[in-house]
Amino acid sequence: MPDSKGVLVHAEIADGKLCAIATEMLGCGRKLASALGQELAAVLIGSGVSNNAQEAIAFGADKVYVIDDPTLADYRTDAYVSVMEKLAKQVTPQVILLGQTSTGRDLAPRLAFRLNTAATLDCIALDIDPSSKRLLQTKPVYGGNAQAVFTCDTDPQIATVRSKAMSALPQDASRKGEVITIAAGLDASAIRTTVLNKVKEQVAGIKLEDASVVVSGGRGIGGAEGFKQLAELAQALKGAIGASRPACDSGWVSDACQVGLTGKLVAPDIYIAVGISGSSQHLAGCTGAKTIIAFNKDPDANIFKVAHYGVVGDWKVTLPAFTKKVKELVSG
Amino acid sequence: MNIIVCAKQVIDPEAPPASFKVEANKVMPPAGVPPVISPFDESAVEAALKLKDAKGGKVTVLSLGTNLLRDVVKKPLSMGADELVLLEDPAFAEGDSYSIAYALSLAIKKIGAFDLILCGRQAADWDSGQVGLGVAEILGLPSITLARKIEVTDSKAKVERINPDGYDVIEISLPALITVSNEIGAPRYPTMKGIMAAKRKEPVVWKPADIGADPARLGRRAKLVKLFQPVREGKVEIITGETPEEAGAKLALKLREIKVL
Ligand SMILES: Cc1cc2nc3c(=O)[nH]c(=O)nc-3n(C[C@H](O)[C@H](O)[C@H](O)COP(=O)(O)OP(=O)(O)OC[C@H]3O[C@@H](n4cnc5c(N)ncnc54)[C@H](O)[C@@H]3O)c2cc1C
Repeated sequence: MPDSKGVLVHAEIADGKLCAIATEMLGCGRKLASALGQELAAVLIGSGVSNNAQEAIAFGADKVYVIDDPTLADYRTDAYVSVMEKLAKQVTPQVILLGQTSTGRDLAPRLAFRLNTAATLDCIALDIDPSSKRLLQTKPVYGGNAQAVFTCDTDPQIATVRSKAMSALPQDASRKGEVITIAAGLDASAIRTTVLNKVKEQVAGIKLEDASVVVSGGRGIGGAEGFKQLAELAQALKGAIGASRPACDSGWVSDACQVGLTGKLVAPDIYIAVGISGSSQHLAGCTGAKTIIAFNKDPDANIFKVAHYGVVGDWKVTLPAFTKKVKELVSG
Repeated sequence: MNIIVCAKQVIDPEAPPASFKVEANKVMPPAGVPPVISPFDESAVEAALKLKDAKGGKVTVLSLGTNLLRDVVKKPLSMGADELVLLEDPAFAEGDSYSIAYALSLAIKKIGAFDLILCGRQAADWDSGQVGLGVAEILGLPSITLARKIEVTDSKAKVERINPDGYDVIEISLPALITVSNEIGAPRYPTMKGIMAAKRKEPVVWKPADIGADPARLGRRAKLVKLFQPVREGKVEIITGETPEEAGAKLALKLREIKVL
């Protein structure tokens, strides 16, 4: 596609608003579009999403494509790949960005295969190569032990973007842009999945992704009982509970608490890791924190390579003393 | 029920982070740490064996790579899988998600009838999460990613797909491709009987020509420009005290002093 042009962002919507990742991608997409001297477009897909077009413009889009159809209410692979394929063939963008979300990580690879091009998932940096004008796509690999930079010679160049890796532009309600409605034109019989039910696993208290303090426990906590002590500290700091994968796999806390490469990515002001060794896969989810504090009995634990402050010792002894002092300080 | 599982040999992702080395855009295998089946692929094997326990049938494992250590790639057999097919050839060494999905789909067509293809949600080396979906796209199959539970009834599967807030229950028509996450449950340990059976079983080995692969399509679409290790500046301040309790309390005071608390 030699005449491909423009950057297209798939902007997801939740609870009637653009998701944070959508605004972050529009911020990044704006930079890429300027570097290419091209336009930035957003696409909104779903049911009842047309109201969000102005919001996408306010966050940087020049053009917004709206594909609003009741059959698109739930994310279903066949339906979403089909409408994205149709749009990509119609507007021939040079770059397509999607969020590294449940939707984006499912949609992007199939779309890339459908369009005979390549995708790079979970990018943390995207730049235009000044000489070739191709997209340089940086993604963590080997669980975060390394980073790889990829390019691809075919258009569209597709990338999914990790949350909190890019910054959004300030919302500017006075920005003007064009809104274009596109018919979904779906054949219902070609959608081979049905969403029967959506189950929310409630975790009490503050939402992990939004918390300004996260208290996480790992295998070293040893059982569900120990997490009660972490909860006590989290409560004193108005924070949320996180965990490493073994703590979730063992059923000590809900799977929804998992922090890391294949769990949640958090960037709180304070991240407190207790009985966590600091595997690259876990760190992938928490190194965005401003201050990292580690409690570990092993002075050589990898967590101390990224922590700012630490205490070496059995957490069963060091943590209660810490919690007690914290309570005094925050109440006093 | 016929299930095909795609399982890949990788450098052990649980090897100590300090042993991880990149040289000249390549990852150096850590000395003395043997490779393993990528953990999510082991989850896919476990998912297949759970279905086999419930429904009977046959589980065929397909592994693509170079220098495949028989002890490693035979692990799914010792867990209870029935057949092992290896795509082993230097021509596969430089592949990316596109060429690998292409080669796997050709091999799957050659294996023949199947109801379900299972893959891990992402491989522990490149963390791409694309090959399974690519196979589905090439074979024209419906797909679901990130499964934590799979139940098969007649010509359909009911799948619980994880998301950040819980999970969706999705029905899919078979044949289909499903990628599996660790929430499916810990992979079972090989049994003594399984280990003996795996020892006796010789894998089927196919070369690109055996699956009719077009050499031109075994190259990369995603070009690797650079591979590097991010520098992490280690500057931890360890708080100490006369007793461990004192150290804990002093840490809280320190955080107050620097206005973190
Ligand atoms: C592809 C892939 C994806 C993964 N994704 C994730 C992910 O998203 N999130 C994640 O967390 N993991 C993930 N993992 C798993 C990861 O590799 C590690 O196995 C895991 O993070 C280790 O968890 P841990 O630190 O709790 O356990 P361990 O590594 O076992 O560490 C336990 C720590 O507790 C300390 N300890 C024990 N007892 C005490 C005590 N009494 N007092 C103080 N300290 C104590 C020990 O010194 C040790 O450092 C993934 C793995 C793979 C292969």
